[in-house]
Amino acid sequence: MPGLEDLYREIILDHYRNPRNRGELAAPPAQRVEGYNPLCGDEIVVYLLVSDGEVNDVKITGQGCSISQSSASMMSAAVKGKTVDEARALIRAFKGMMSIHESRLEGEGDDAADQLLEEVKLGDLEALQGVVKFPVRIKCATLSWNTLAQGLDQAASA
Amino acid sequence: MAMTPATLDVAAIKKDFPILDVEVHGGRLVYLDSASSSQKPQHVLDVMNEVYETTYANVHRGVYAIAEEATARMEAARAKVARFIGAPAPRELIFGKNVTEMINLVAHSWGRRNLHEGDVVLLTMMEHHANIVPWLMLREERGIELRWLDFDDDYQLDLSDLEQKLDGVKLVGLSAMSNVLGTLNPVRQIADAAHASGALVLVDAAQYVPHNATNVMELGVDFFGFTGHKLLGPTGVGCLWARAELLEAMPPFLGGGEMITDVRIDGFEPTELPWKFEAGTPPIAEIIGLGAAVDYLEHLGMDRVREHERELTAYALRTLTERHGDGIVIQGPKDPGDRGGVISFSYRGIHPHDVSQVLDERGICVRASHHCAKPLMRRLGVGATCRASIYVYNDAADIDALSDALAYTGEFFLGNTER
Repeated sequence: MPGLEDLYREIILDHYRNPRNRGELAAPPAQRVEGYNPLCGDEIVVYLLVSDGEVNDVKITGQGCSISQSSASMMSAAVKGKTVDEARALIRAFKGMMSIHESRLEGEGDDAADQLLEEVKLGDLEALQGVVKFPVRIKCATLSWNTLAQGLDQAASA
Repeated sequence: MAMTPATLDVAAIKKDFPILDVEVHGGRLVYLDSASSSQKPQHVLDVMNEVYETTYANVHRGVYAIAEEATARMEAARAKVARFIGAPAPRELIFGKNVTEMINLVAHSWGRRNLHEGDVVLLTMMEHHANIVPWLMLREERGIELRWLDFDDDYQLDLSDLEQKLDGVKLVGLSAMSNVLGTLNPVRQIADAAHASGALVLVDAAQYVPHNATNVMELGVDFFGFTGHKLLGPTGVGCLWARAELLEAMPPFLGGGEMITDVRIDGFEPTELPWKFEAGTPPIAEIIGLGAAVDYLEHLGMDRVREHERELTAYALRTLTERHGDGIVIQGPKDPGDRGGVISFSYRGIHPHDVSQVLDERGICVRASHHCAKPLMRRLGVGATCRASIYVYNDAADIDALSDALAYTGEFFLGNTER
């Protein structure tokens, strides 16, 4: 049976206590996207400044548990300064790591996710891998990433 | 079960619930989530098994011995549950799947016949989604107006302007006991005021019936919904009581077998109460199981159940505030006499999901969420809370385990200062 230390790794607690890129951006020009976790009432707002195919700035507000907040914090640090294509690859790779359940529901093969995980460096984000052992918490970890994906779509159509 | 007249013998009761022997993470199970769903005594499990092993057949159909026996036992359970809530006649008690379905039944069947554009439904700010969303759906469909009764600083409904609020109201929908705050609402007082201004009253009693001696006639209400799985019975049985003349004037809800006297290719005739509202094969063994749960509770005595829970709630409120001080914020009435054994709290700013996750390591089951009451959570200004809720099988040791584990949770996330 997985223990708490599998879930609450030190780096996760660090991002929870000291969240990176916390705050707001003027929208417009930034994209503002809200995400909700209907299970626990967590809310997140992602602000995204995209120009010339690059994610120039990311800010996060909202409230949530340590898993959703640290995942959002790590995400903001990981995608800031990346190209939109790199950010999308990161989203796919992260969701691949989390999506033991989700991707199967959506009919994507595990091979594609495994390949992405090899190609994209997740770095600190791999600390969140333990969340997969706590299925109820997967949605906490993926909330900010789904919201980011919406923001990138919104920026593309703006 | 030996017991003194005033209290329950919880040590003996615990032995009646096999699940309480289960080990979780190497320790004993501390179940504090009965407001979500209660555990089941061996007696209920045995009765349901015995039905399947000896008399199971579909009801109201077969002309053979076991079908007649199954029918008789299901209808005997209906009579038992009706008597348990003080209903004058078993035919006024409708079975469905859960209390959510029963409130939807009222909204569809009574609501669509009686509510028109501009008519008002008055709800409270402490309703469960089950008593909000069906009315929001009717608002979208019919253009009815929803109005809201707020509550005060001690989490009691604010009735100071009830008469004005009732102006133009056709139906008042209220929870008899809040599933988040634990508040016991003054149902009789509100029902009298509603009737005086010509409104009917629907009560969501999902949290009330399992914990209080209930008499629908004394409460003076019109529609009264509750659910079996929170009162030691199996899942899959919701109950609606309403006065026969109301039910008779209402069109059926779901259509199908069982609920008709005649079907032609150009029409149908609904059958009599209660089956008019019970389309399709009902959960037969589960209804009989609910009857067994009622037997078990009546054996304990509902007055003693209430007294036990009032005492244990008082102990919990005292223990948690004395030990954790400002670190714990409890959302609910302060006086245990005004509330049931549902204790919603926030602990030292730690997210309820995280609190619940660490409590789980100690085998403690609490609910961490918005408790299907998002308008209430917004009103309280929180996204979610932890909720510990008690029943007949809980004792002071369970509360002590919760209190100790909260201190451990604080150390885990915030370091080893007690406050």
